[in-house]
Amino acid sequence: MIKISNLSFGYSNKKLLYSDLSLDIKGGNIYGLLGKNGAGKSTLLKNISGTLFPKKGKVIVNGSIPQRRKPSFLNTVYFISEDVTLPPLTLRKYLDLFSVFYPNFNADELNIFLKELAVSVPTKLSALSFGQQKKFSIAFALACNTQILLMDEPTNGLDIPSKAQFRQLIASVMTDDRIIIISTHQTRDLENLIDQVIIVDDGQLLLNESVDSITEKLIFETVSTPPNDKRILYAEKHLKGVSLVRENTSGEDTRINLENLFNGVTSKPQLAKEIFTSNTK
Amino acid sequence: MEFRDKQAIYLQIVEYVCEQILLGNWQTGNKILSIRELAVYMEVTPNTIQRTYDFLQQKQIITNRRGVGYFLEEEGMQRVLAYRRELFLENELPLMFRNMHLLKIGAEEVNRRFEEYINQNYKDK
Repeated sequence: MIKISNLSFGYSNKKLLYSDLSLDIKGGNIYGLLGKNGAGKSTLLKNISGTLFPKKGKVIVNGSIPQRRKPSFLNTVYFISEDVTLPPLTLRKYLDLFSVFYPNFNADELNIFLKELAVSVPTKLSALSFGQQKKFSIAFALACNTQILLMDEPTNGLDIPSKAQFRQLIASVMTDDRIIIISTHQTRDLENLIDQVIIVDDGQLLLNESVDSITEKLIFETVSTPPNDKRILYAEKHLKGVSLVRENTSGEDTRINLENLFNGVTSKPQLAKEIFTSNTK
Repeated sequence: MEFRDKQAIYLQIVEYVCEQILLGNWQTGNKILSIRELAVYMEVTPNTIQRTYDFLQQKQIITNRRGVGYFLEEEGMQRVLAYRRELFLENELPLMFRNMHLLKIGAEEVNRRFEEYINQNYKDK
């Protein structure tokens, strides 16, 4: 369980990126963290992993404060940054140096994951291409079996078959107490993998809802003419008609469209808030 | 599996499971794929499959034997048939009726073509 209370953070004292942000993150869920460029997705992940510290407010992860960087906290968290650069080390040396920090690290699993992601390890890890380095980092992170896994744009740089493999791996390692947070722009890559959607914009938390409750409150559809008696969060015209995200008043269960949801929530945050706090059923 | 746009994913997977049962690929009394196995196969979060299996359990199509896994119920096949028939009569048939009305196609013609179709596709062996 991750509890963020009244977090304020800024890289300079003059300009805050987040002010007074509160957010609860619960185990057994895969979270999708969505935000525009510069919205602070990576910053939020770094405040959780203890690589950046809040200016004000608190981050508590399973009772620990990340800022204190206690080993008992650090060995439960793995953070894969967007840009990974592996050192010029052999696999053996790399494992000697880094796997020891993670008591649940499993070398057999690492081999399985590397195989599934089609990474063949050269003498020096640094000889791998960017995409291969990224996949190596994902495989290593999963093999560390930390309770909390933070991934910043993990599918960036992956080729098409690897994206499918990535989804399969994540589905296979998910358990009832794990927390996986994935920040992403590539909403289509991960749409069916996500249990819970977090949207941040302008230093504010605009949404933190489960996919189930989102599809209970909203309908995602394509129609020829938008209805004028319903609250419409987002509409986009294209060849087949108009893609809509609108208030769900009929209880119909439709498939979420993360991209349209994101566009709707960031363009009409007030309406989104109203829809999610109202109890019309 | 290629998912369609409109319908919730967990319901599309319900449909997939029902088809597997109707096709005889998943058989009565046998253990079926675990939540994790089906999640990996479908590349979706295990919670979605949980919802699929909850739904199928509620329809008494599958059953959960604690610690062992999920199994197809004895009456699973009949219940899939009943469930899918209900869906067809409620959702697909009205659409067909509407088109028949718009295109002025009578029930006799549909009936004749239906029999032809069955003869061509299911009776010649």
